[in-house]
Amino acid sequence: MKARVFVTLKPSVFDPQGQTIVEALHSMGYAGVGDVRQGKYFELEVSSTSAEQARALASEVADKLLANPVIESYRIEVE
Amino acid sequence: MTHIDPALLERHGLSPDEYERIVAALGRAPSITELGIFSVMWSEHCSYKSSRIHLRKLPTTGPRVLQGPGENAGAVDIGDGLAAVFKIESHNHPSFIEPYQGAATGVGGIIRDIFTMGARPIALMNSLRFGAMDGPEGARTRRTVEGVVAGIAGYGNSIGIPTIGGEIAFEPAYAGNPLVNVLCLGIAPADGLVKGQASGVGNPVYYVGSKTGRDGIHGATMASAEFDENSAEKRPAVQVGDPFMEKLLLEACLELMRTDALVGVQDMGAAGLTCSTCEMGARGGSGIEIDVMHVPQRESGMTPYEIMLSESQERMLLAVKKGREAEVERIFDKWDLHAARVGEVTGDNYMRVRDHGIVVAEIPNSALVDEAPVYNRPTARPAYIDEVRALDLSRLTPPSPSDALLALLASPTIASKRWVYRQYDHMVRTNTIVLAGMGAGAVRVKETKRALALSVDGNGRYCYLDPRRGAMLALAEAARNVACAGALPVGATNCLNFGNPERPEIMWQFVEVVEGLAEACRALDIPITGGNVSLYNETDGAAIYPTPVVGVVGVIEDARHVLSRVFRAGGDDIVLLGTGFGELGGSEYLKVVHDLVRGEPPALDLGRERALIALLGRAASGSLLCSAHDASDGGLAVTLAECAFETGGIGLDVDLPPDRDLRASREAGPVSRGFSPAIATLFGESASRVVVSVRPQDRATLLQMAADAGVPAAVIGRTGGPRLTVRVGGDVVVDAAVGQMEQVWATAIERYFARHAA
Amino acid sequence: MIKFSIVVFPGSNCDHDAYHAAKHVLGQEAEFVWHKETSLHGADVVVLPGGFSHGDYLRTGAIARFSPVMSAVAEFARAGGPVLGICNGFQILCEAGLLPGAMLRNRDLKFHCEHVSIRVEQTDTPFTSRASRGQVLRIPIAHGEGNYYAEPDVLASLESSGRVVFRYCDARGQVTEAANPNGSLHGIAGICNERRNVVGLMPHPERACERPLGSADGLVLFESVVSSLASHGALRTA
Repeated sequence: MKARVFVTLKPSVFDPQGQTIVEALHSMGYAGVGDVRQGKYFELEVSSTSAEQARALASEVADKLLANPVIESYRIEVE
Repeated sequence: MTHIDPALLERHGLSPDEYERIVAALGRAPSITELGIFSVMWSEHCSYKSSRIHLRKLPTTGPRVLQGPGENAGAVDIGDGLAAVFKIESHNHPSFIEPYQGAATGVGGIIRDIFTMGARPIALMNSLRFGAMDGPEGARTRRTVEGVVAGIAGYGNSIGIPTIGGEIAFEPAYAGNPLVNVLCLGIAPADGLVKGQASGVGNPVYYVGSKTGRDGIHGATMASAEFDENSAEKRPAVQVGDPFMEKLLLEACLELMRTDALVGVQDMGAAGLTCSTCEMGARGGSGIEIDVMHVPQRESGMTPYEIMLSESQERMLLAVKKGREAEVERIFDKWDLHAARVGEVTGDNYMRVRDHGIVVAEIPNSALVDEAPVYNRPTARPAYIDEVRALDLSRLTPPSPSDALLALLASPTIASKRWVYRQYDHMVRTNTIVLAGMGAGAVRVKETKRALALSVDGNGRYCYLDPRRGAMLALAEAARNVACAGALPVGATNCLNFGNPERPEIMWQFVEVVEGLAEACRALDIPITGGNVSLYNETDGAAIYPTPVVGVVGVIEDARHVLSRVFRAGGDDIVLLGTGFGELGGSEYLKVVHDLVRGEPPALDLGRERALIALLGRAASGSLLCSAHDASDGGLAVTLAECAFETGGIGLDVDLPPDRDLRASREAGPVSRGFSPAIATLFGESASRVVVSVRPQDRATLLQMAADAGVPAAVIGRTGGPRLTVRVGGDVVVDAAVGQMEQVWATAIERYFARHAA
Repeated sequence: MIKFSIVVFPGSNCDHDAYHAAKHVLGQEAEFVWHKETSLHGADVVVLPGGFSHGDYLRTGAIARFSPVMSAVAEFARAGGPVLGICNGFQILCEAGLLPGAMLRNRDLKFHCEHVSIRVEQTDTPFTSRASRGQVLRIPIAHGEGNYYAEPDVLASLESSGRVVFRYCDARGQVTEAANPNGSLHGIAGICNERRNVVGLMPHPERACERPLGSADGLVLFESVVSSLASHGALRTA
C-alpha cells in the first residue's frame, strides 16, 4: 500500500520560503494568490494490509521522524 | 545488433574518419556499447584532441613538482614532508543548463580529484564569469548568478571545505556561456600520493558510492558541443550532486589510504565508469575486467551501454590488494557505504566489460587512451583584432575623476563580492587566515609554521584584444596576488575556456594563449601541474572571450607574516611599487565609463614582474609590510580605495606623480597622450604594480630593498583620517569620505538583486 | 586535564575544529566519539559539533538524534554533565528534546558565514562562567537554518527563567533587528536547559579561539567549562 504524508509548517510559524513565493507570484501579476505555505511531501510504500494499519504506521513515523511537532503539522492519505 | 549509420555516429559526436579509426583499432566493427565507450573517451572533454599538441608547450616540471599533468591532480612539495595537491576544472556547460546543480557537481568533481590523490582537501576557490547584470540579459544573468553561487555554497558548505575566495567578472560575452571554474587545494604526505592506477593481476576492483542511474549519459560529449536553442531539451543530462555521500566517500577513502590495502583509485567523473576503468588499467600497465551486473543501479532495466556511460555523481573505482578485502569492506561499512566488488585486474591491457558473464565490450586500453585522435587544427589570426586594437582617446570626453571612480566602484566586476562569499562557509576547518574578500586566499597548514596562499585570475577582455599578452598578464596577476599575501609562488593550474576549436580564429586564440602562458610560466619559474580545457563555449555561433584562468599556489614560510589588502593603522606610509604608464587599453574604465572594449592591453615586462614578486616575498618575510594590494581592474584609484575599505574607516592622503607615457621610456605601446593625464594615472591598468603600507620607521629599509631589487618605489602618501584624498601632480582629483565611497562599493551587487527583487 | 568528547555524526564537519580548539589551543584532552558508539569514553565535557549531519536531509539534526550515541549524551546530560551543541549540534539538541524550540530557514533564505556580535546574557552556565554579563563576543556564524523559533509560552519561560544565554547584538551590545542575522525570535543565539548544563548556540566559538583566525573571543566558552569542572570536580562517565 501507499501512504502519503504532507508536512507543513504550523500556521503560527513564519514561512520565509512561502513568503518569497507569494511575493514572486504577486510581481508576476498573480494577485489572486493570497498566501503560500511551503511543505514537504513523502510517499511511503508500506506492507500494511489495511488502510487503518497503514495510516497508523504512517502517523507513527511522522510523529517520530518526518515532522517536528515544535514547528510542523502533518496530514496523511492512504491508498 | 544495432546498425551503425552516419546519424548514429553524429549523435555520438564521432566523425566518419574517427569511426574508421575505431574499426582499425578493434579489427572489427564495434558493438553499440563499444561505440558509446569510444565516443566518450574520444570526446574533446576526455581526449583533449584539439589541445593536446599545444599543451605540451607548457612547462610542467621543477624542483618542487611531485606530480605533473596526467594524474587526477598536480602536486608540489611545500616542505615539512607535505605536498600541496591542487587542480582547477570547469563546469561551464552544465552550469548554463542548470546553474545550481551544474555548479554544485563541479565542486563535487574537483574535490574528488583531490582526495583520490590521498590529500585532505582544505580549500576551494572559484573563478566565475557571467553576462551583464542589467540590460536585456540581466534577468537571466541574475538567475544564473543566484543559482551558481547557491550551488557552490550548497556543496562546499555541506561537505565542510571552506570556499576562501576567487574572482567574478561580468561581461556580455558570457551571457550565453557563463564560466564556472573551480579550484580545490589539498594537503597530502609528500611520500603518500595515491595514483589512479590498477595493477597486480587478480586484485579485486571495487565500486563505491552512489548508485548508477541514467543521469548524465553523454555528459562528456555534451560538454564538447556548442549550444543551440534546443539545449534546454538536454536537461536530463544534468547530474544531481549529493554532498553528504561525497563527505562519506572522502572520509572513508582517506581512512582506507592510511592503510596499505589500496593499489589505486579514481573517481567516476566525465565518462563515468568507462573512463575510470580504462585509465586505471592504462596507467598501471594492466587491464580491468568488470561485470555490469555487479554495479549498483538506481533504476531498473539499464543496459550495459547506459551503465558504462552514466555520469551519476559521487562514485569511485578502487583497486585493492587481494586478501585485504575484509579490511576494505569494514572501512566502507563504518561509513555506511556499500563497496561492491565489480571485477578484477587482468594482465592483458584490455578493458573488458561483461553483462552477466557475456562480453559486451573488449577494447585495448591503448586504443581508448593513447590512440585517441590528435588534431593539429588550422589557425588564422581573426580579422577583428586590428579593428579593436585601434583606440583613439581624443574622441572621448572624460567625466570628473571622482565620478569615474564612483562608477567603477559600483561596477559589479569591481564591487565587493560580500553578497557572494557570505554564502560560502569560508572559515570551516579553522585554517583561513585571510578572510574571503580581503586579498588572496590564505590557509595555514596546521602542525607546521607554514601557510599556503591561493589566487585565481583571468582577464577575458585583455585576451580578446591580445590573447598572448592577456594570458601572460593572467599568470602574472595570479602570481603577484599570492606574493601580496607574502607567499612565494610555487605552482600553477590552468583552465582554458574557449569557443569552437574547429574555427581557425578560435584555434589561433588558443595557441596564442598557450604560448603566452608558457613564456610567462618559464620567466616566473612557475610550473603548470595540471588543469583542464573547456572548448565549444559558444551559443548560436557567438564565442566567449578567450579566457584562460590561472590558479597559483604560493608558500608562506611563516604564517604570522601573511598580508591582506587593507591598511592596518593610520600614520603608515603608502608606497607604490612599480611604474604606471597610463595604459587605458582594455581597461575597466573604458568599459564602464565609455562602453568601449578597445586598445592594447597593458605591456608586461616579465623581468620587472619577477623582481617585484621577489621583493614582496623578502619584504613580507622581514615583517616590513603592513598591507599589500596589487593594482589591476580599475587601476590605482580603485586599488587605493580598496586598501581603505573594510578597515573601519582608515582613509588616505596621496599625491601621485602623473603617469609617464610608455613611449617616452620605450619604443612603442599604448598611449594616453592628448587625454586627461589624471584619468590615465588613476585608472590606467599598467601591470607589475603593488600598493603597500609600511610603518614610517621601516620606510627607508623598504626603499633600499626595492632599489637593490631594481623595483621602482615611490612614497605617495600616508594612511589615516576619514577621507580618501587623491592628488595627481599636486591637484586634488578625488576627495570624499571613506564611508561614502565604501557604501557604493559594498552594496553594489546586492542592489542589483534588490532592485529586481522577485 | 579535562576530557572533551567530540561526537562525530556522518556529515559532521566542524568536529576537527572543536578537537583542535580543545586539544591544541586549550591543551586539554580530546577524543572523537563515533555516533554508533554507546559510550562517551569517560567524557568530562561533550561537544556536539557543527556540520551537516546526515546531509541535513529531512530537517537539520532530525536523523542524528536517533544515533546510538544520543542515549549516552542524554544520560550524561541528565547526570549534570556539561554538553555544548554548536550550530548543527544545537539543532540536534533541539530535535532530541534536550533543548526547547526548533530552527527555521534564515529569514532571507540564504546561508550566512560572517563574524557577528553576540551578548553574554547569563554567566551561571558551565560555558559562560568566565565571561561577564553583557560582554560582547565577536564570533562567526555559518548556517542556513539558524532562525530560532519556539512557541510563545516556551519563549516566555526561557526568558523568565534566564535561559537565553546569548543574543545577537551590534558591536556596542545593543540587541537590534539589524544585528539579527537570521530572524531568530528575541534575537536568540544560544540557550540552555533548566538545569543549565546543556548549552546550544548557532555561532561557532571553536572558530574564534586564535587571533590569526580573526577573533579569540570564543575561547571564553572553553575556558569557562575547564574552570567550572576544575572547581566543581569533573563528572566522569563510563
